[in-house]
Amino acid sequence: MDAYLEGIIMLSGINLIAVLGLSLLTGFAGLFSFGHAGFMAIGAYSAAIVTTIFKLPFSLGLAASAIVAAGVSWLIGRATLKLKGDYFCIATLGFGEAIRLILDNFQGLGGARGWPGIPPHTALWNILLLDVIGVVLLAHLVRSRHGRNMIAVREEELAAQVAGIDTFRYKMMALVISAAYAGVAGALLGHYMTFIQPKMFSMVKSTELTIIVIFGGLGSISGSVLGAVVLTFLPELLRAVDKWRLVVYGLAVIGIMIGRPRGLMGGFELTPSSVKRWIADRKDAKTAKADRMAEDAGNGKDVR
Amino acid sequence: MLNVENLHVAYGGIRALKGVSLTVNEGEIVTIIGANGAGKSTLLNAISGFLKPAAGSISFKGKPLARRPDLIVRDGVCHVPEGRLVFANLSVENNLAMGAYLRNDKKAVADDLERVYALFPRLAERSKQSAGTLSGGEQQMLAMGRALMTDGELVLMDEPSLGLAPLLVQTVFEIIGEIHKLGKTILLVEQNAFKALSVADRAYVLEQGRIVREGKASEVAADPAVRDAYLGAESKAGG
Repeated sequence: MDAYLEGIIMLSGINLIAVLGLSLLTGFAGLFSFGHAGFMAIGAYSAAIVTTIFKLPFSLGLAASAIVAAGVSWLIGRATLKLKGDYFCIATLGFGEAIRLILDNFQGLGGARGWPGIPPHTALWNILLLDVIGVVLLAHLVRSRHGRNMIAVREEELAAQVAGIDTFRYKMMALVISAAYAGVAGALLGHYMTFIQPKMFSMVKSTELTIIVIFGGLGSISGSVLGAVVLTFLPELLRAVDKWRLVVYGLAVIGIMIGRPRGLMGGFELTPSSVKRWIADRKDAKTAKADRMAEDAGNGKDVR
Repeated sequence: MLNVENLHVAYGGIRALKGVSLTVNEGEIVTIIGANGAGKSTLLNAISGFLKPAAGSISFKGKPLARRPDLIVRDGVCHVPEGRLVFANLSVENNLAMGAYLRNDKKAVADDLERVYALFPRLAERSKQSAGTLSGGEQQMLAMGRALMTDGELVLMDEPSLGLAPLLVQTVFEIIGEIHKLGKTILLVEQNAFKALSVADRAYVLEQGRIVREGKASEVAADPAVRDAYLGAESKAGG
């Protein structure tokens, strides 16, 4: 395969993992985060420590990235999940930037200059494998009792509480799982680039992830997959327009959001059964239309 | 059944409740009346665990009440929140099923669902409709039905008549009477003091975070000061 094309596929696959996690937090539990790049950074550096300094296998690095990111998110959640909507969002923004600044100033891991020489363990096959695992796990989670509880929290938190749902617990669960996904994505990114730098995990990255989730459609896993692929490929396809690239990218996102305010998939899920239902609906609509036309024709005759 | 003692709640520096004590006995309808901002909803939210009291104690059936909303529901206190708050995207039936979230006995849940539908025929007619498409009055009935589905013994109702047409207000109060007949104990917070006092056994008057008057609902309703402050023209119209 063309190395350039393969590179873009790998990047979209890595983005997808972080996006899946954020999709759980934002799309299903209803919590917005502008700091998930912070969890990616934690994952990237944890995995790099395991593979580069301790020379341990990549699988352990991936496990460490998920565990450390999840652990940190649990601490952050303890402190911030009591906050309501917008305030939680601001807190995550502060968290993401704080992580970046700490890494910028921590010379032991390269500081702002970055950390080169990370082994190139990331390959197309392990990205795609983790993508599939990530989608399957998430799809099972959101259909489970836990996932439904998260959706109840998103829909109407107080109503969920008066029904007896421990809303704090489910918000925490969504946050911790989403952070673990982001951590794994960070680890993959570091071992793909073979170089990590705090700047790669700035607010711009966090915002990009949130844009992808909203663009794909809140509450839809297939939307997140589609969003991650489309929005990673789009800037590359736009290289033809050179310096206007990001302007066109921005306009394209705005255009699609106006056309489809609920995102590409907007709460719908692409599964074999949903496709079957869609085809059946189309057929029903067609026969209904044909019936109507036949009836109209019949009525026409009567009048004449 | 419910015993609140010397409850203090503050929002930052603002003290919303300044030492409220009240008792609700099993089988009673007790109402708390008072003006806007007197602290009525604050009191209910503190009992349900949505707010953390600064001081004071709340006990239920002789034991201290849990301090987390979901555990409080488990203990048997259910809350009908102000402004209805139904799951707009779920059907009426599923909203009611959410009320039974903590229950495992399918048979009893099915019986309760039938009881709720008998109490609110409108909800039975619309069981498959999504809750967001219901009218305000129907959503209020749904919120009440959902609370009944938790099988709690004590029902806290926060302004059930708020924003409803007069005819529906009448219906809501009739339903409160029906719920009482099902054997539920009710603590009712209302701005519509006249209606609340007509349905209640006992009443507390809350003013700026303090209980200023308590007694039998009929006595409170007859108190000239209460009539002036809370009943106004309506009491004259109502005789």
